[in-house]
Amino acid sequence: MNNGAEVRECESAGATGRPRLGRVWRGRVLAAATVLGSVALGAGSCVEWGGMTGERGAEQRSRTLEWPEVRTLMPVSPRNVTVPEDGQWIMPSRDYASTRFSGLSQITAANVGSLQLAWTFSDDNEFGHEGAPLVVGTTLYVLSPFPNTLFALDLTQPGAPVKWKYRPPVQRSAPGVSCCGHINRGPAFAGGRIFFNTLDNQVIAVDAATGAEAWRVRVGDINRGETMSMAPLVVKGKVIVGNSGGEFGVRGWIMALDAATGATAWKAYNTGPDADVLIGAGFKSFYSKDNGRDLGATTWPPGAWQNGGATVWGWISYDPALDLIYYGTGNAGPWNPDLRPGANKWAATLFARDPDTGEARWAYQFWPHDRQDYDAINESVLLDLPIGGVTRKVLVRAERNGYMYVMDRRSGEVISADTFGYNTMMRGVDLRTGLPREVPEMAVKTGVVTRGICPTPGGGKDWQPTAWSPRTGLLYVPGQNLCMDIEGTEANYIAGTPYTGVVAAWYPGPGGNRGEFFAWDPVRRRKAWSIKERFTLWSGTLATAGDVVFYGTMDRWFRAVDARTGKILWQFRTGSGIVSQPITFRGPDGKQYVAVMDGVGGWTGAVVENDLSTDDPTASDGAGGVSQDLPAHTEKGGTLYVFALP
Amino acid sequence: MTYGAKVRECESAQLRRRTRRRALAPATLVVGMAMTIVLGASCEGAPGEVHTDAPRDPSADGATAAAALVARSPSAPSAAAARRGELRVCADPNNLPFSNRAGEGFENRIAELLAREMGRTVRYTWWAQRRGFIRSTLKAGECDLVTGVPSSLEMVQATRPYYRSTYVFVYRQDAGFEVRSFDDPVLRHKRIGVQLVGDDYANTPPAHALATRGIVGNVKGYTLYGDYSEPNPPARILDALARDEIDVAIVWGPLAGYFAPREHARLKIVPVSPQVDVPFLPFVFDIGMGVRRGDLALAAEVERVLRDRRAAVDSILARYGVPRVDPRPTAAE
Repeated sequence: MNNGAEVRECESAGATGRPRLGRVWRGRVLAAATVLGSVALGAGSCVEWGGMTGERGAEQRSRTLEWPEVRTLMPVSPRNVTVPEDGQWIMPSRDYASTRFSGLSQITAANVGSLQLAWTFSDDNEFGHEGAPLVVGTTLYVLSPFPNTLFALDLTQPGAPVKWKYRPPVQRSAPGVSCCGHINRGPAFAGGRIFFNTLDNQVIAVDAATGAEAWRVRVGDINRGETMSMAPLVVKGKVIVGNSGGEFGVRGWIMALDAATGATAWKAYNTGPDADVLIGAGFKSFYSKDNGRDLGATTWPPGAWQNGGATVWGWISYDPALDLIYYGTGNAGPWNPDLRPGANKWAATLFARDPDTGEARWAYQFWPHDRQDYDAINESVLLDLPIGGVTRKVLVRAERNGYMYVMDRRSGEVISADTFGYNTMMRGVDLRTGLPREVPEMAVKTGVVTRGICPTPGGGKDWQPTAWSPRTGLLYVPGQNLCMDIEGTEANYIAGTPYTGVVAAWYPGPGGNRGEFFAWDPVRRRKAWSIKERFTLWSGTLATAGDVVFYGTMDRWFRAVDARTGKILWQFRTGSGIVSQPITFRGPDGKQYVAVMDGVGGWTGAVVENDLSTDDPTASDGAGGVSQDLPAHTEKGGTLYVFALP
Repeated sequence: MTYGAKVRECESAQLRRRTRRRALAPATLVVGMAMTIVLGASCEGAPGEVHTDAPRDPSADGATAAAALVARSPSAPSAAAARRGELRVCADPNNLPFSNRAGEGFENRIAELLAREMGRTVRYTWWAQRRGFIRSTLKAGECDLVTGVPSSLEMVQATRPYYRSTYVFVYRQDAGFEVRSFDDPVLRHKRIGVQLVGDDYANTPPAHALATRGIVGNVKGYTLYGDYSEPNPPARILDALARDEIDVAIVWGPLAGYFAPREHARLKIVPVSPQVDVPFLPFVFDIGMGVRRGDLALAAEVERVLRDRRAAVDSILARYGVPRVDPRPTAAE
């Protein structure tokens, strides 16, 4: 209640359009406040999550066959989320604001201790599982790592049997040509279809009810190093996707496909002249450093932008009110930094774009002239926060460089940037210029050995997403505490022989813990609590209205934590380490379930996934070396675990 | 395989010229030494379709079983292969002059020589020579021998080297300039092509050497991985040189030694100098073969054949125009 009292301004819920199965789009049905039937606070349209428990099960059950239009799933306020909880999980980020917060509250801090395994499912794939399952209506969807089989499980039947599976035709040679494993970060649902990307650059639409392929389009070329691992975001009938492969000298892009046909609606490159980047008259960045003609070309040596990286392998958020999508770009490549003098735009940059046309509205480059491989692909959590006495529309990003950015999502202004871990790379952000205050001695240079670089290229936090609870006002962050030494003197790549990689040694930062799970208060700009983890954290996060937060560890623990105190309330030992994204949903029986995939892998988990040598500290570019003891704690996996109260 | 056939014709023509010229004298590792090799141009590889199909070669014992064995005894899979009379080689199907599916690379030839001497037949596991090659082939137990690895490669157990080569400058014979050293002023204003790889600080040695000298604006990058749907993707940098897109290419010797004579233009190959840049950036590398760490039996057998058939191996390398800078003629000893 209490929480609500602190809220300064509330957003109107708007109306909820609910398409039925079969893509018959219905008109507006109910105002959210009516649906919720919960306590309205203060400003009339404010709704508190508190009353939303399973007792409304009957009404909700009848509605589980109706699928909400994703446009309405947009909780944008810190403590007064105004979206009905339908018990589904239709995109990996849970909602357009990327909160990964569920209003389900059957499972609480008081009873989570008795959480039990309900059923399991194997997708018969032993590679790293970074994806999120989806729940739409009474069906749970699991997308496997490459070769990217989509499974539909029937939640109405005991043990959730397979309804159908869809196996896309794929280029079997893809893993041999691609660099970085078989991972996929999940499918997305909209308008009766499941959309997903394959490692070999296909965007696929499948009928959510039948598994029939609606369309399948190839949008990249694996022979040139392009792959796709990100989860699409579907906005206003457009499937928005981007490419991976900055390590191979590809040129990063983001594109929109018509959800109905797969036809290209627009495509924007992240390097090159303004015409390619879709920068036009409507583009105005907050900082002068990010304004200027053709910066995507002129901030590179001649032509180097043509294979300059800046790919889109992470997360996209969407604000329906401002009608803007937000996404960050990957590292600059494939040149080592000394060979690409200049800011190298638009690598390591956050873009705001019009989802209809792709036109850029503003950009903010976090890390000019990326020397550290600090991709800016992490998620933007869209919130309305009370800052300086007024409510501001912000986006919050736990960035690779180890700083928590709170930015005005209308303009791109950095409101605050605070370090959230041990950091030798930068000393804050100059809020006047928007530039990071880099520590020059820590810049990796050709021919120089640099020691004590913290964080590593894996960042203070990598792709693994945070979750936000409007009830606690806290962001839950799976972070890393790693440092490294770079032996920048050796470059022994030889054509026609195996790639040896850079000689880099990663090691735990101060304290000796490699991971840290913590709660961050973006208004007070400080940690609320923290849990030190032995291994790097590579799992996503789930927050719930039961004030329980879930995450997984590489050494096979799936944990439930008190959202307010950080106390570990429950944990379960899975078969393999967890690097995926947990979700929660309401089953057809009205019960709240929590689901997570195991299957260790990813960058620091590669030591297990790829059987890397554990006596080579530079394996997997140093990321393997810091996980040398991991194989003693986990084997490969690929199992979905579904939990419920007894 | 018209492509392969043409390459063979070219090879034999080159072979005749090369054996006459006998240009590839062994050299010692001396910083500052330069050696010029002039190669005639005549051959051109016809573009051919090169496919990569399912890389996993279903074997009798199965990949999983093999992988499980690897963990216990590194030599077990190769020993099993030996009992079947096979020499299981991990190779790239599209990577001349080193290897290709048609068996036209010098590593293919040396693998055949090895197998013959060992009384076995070669069986290939094909996989693109990109990041993950070792883990997906050798370490997965799919095959037992990688026929060309730098001796310093940590991921495998490397045999004693069987040749030492060097990065080279390649430019048109009619260019009107000479390049012998990274410190040559001509590099500051000519269009230079280098190969690029990765984003993780490291790159090809020439890219670093140019960067430390501030030579950046006139450098064009060619991704080493290239477009794998084309034949021998790393060779594109030499095509660019022949097309006059760049004035100088700095590439690994074996690549230049094989492809330069096959370009339209008459190209010149000059080993780079210095051989080791300061503080420690080598351009000269020893190449051996690789087995799984701990697979000592196979390593010993391979080393024995490479030593006993030294002359035959040298002859294969010479036929492919591999620039040699071995410390002495018999590097394998």
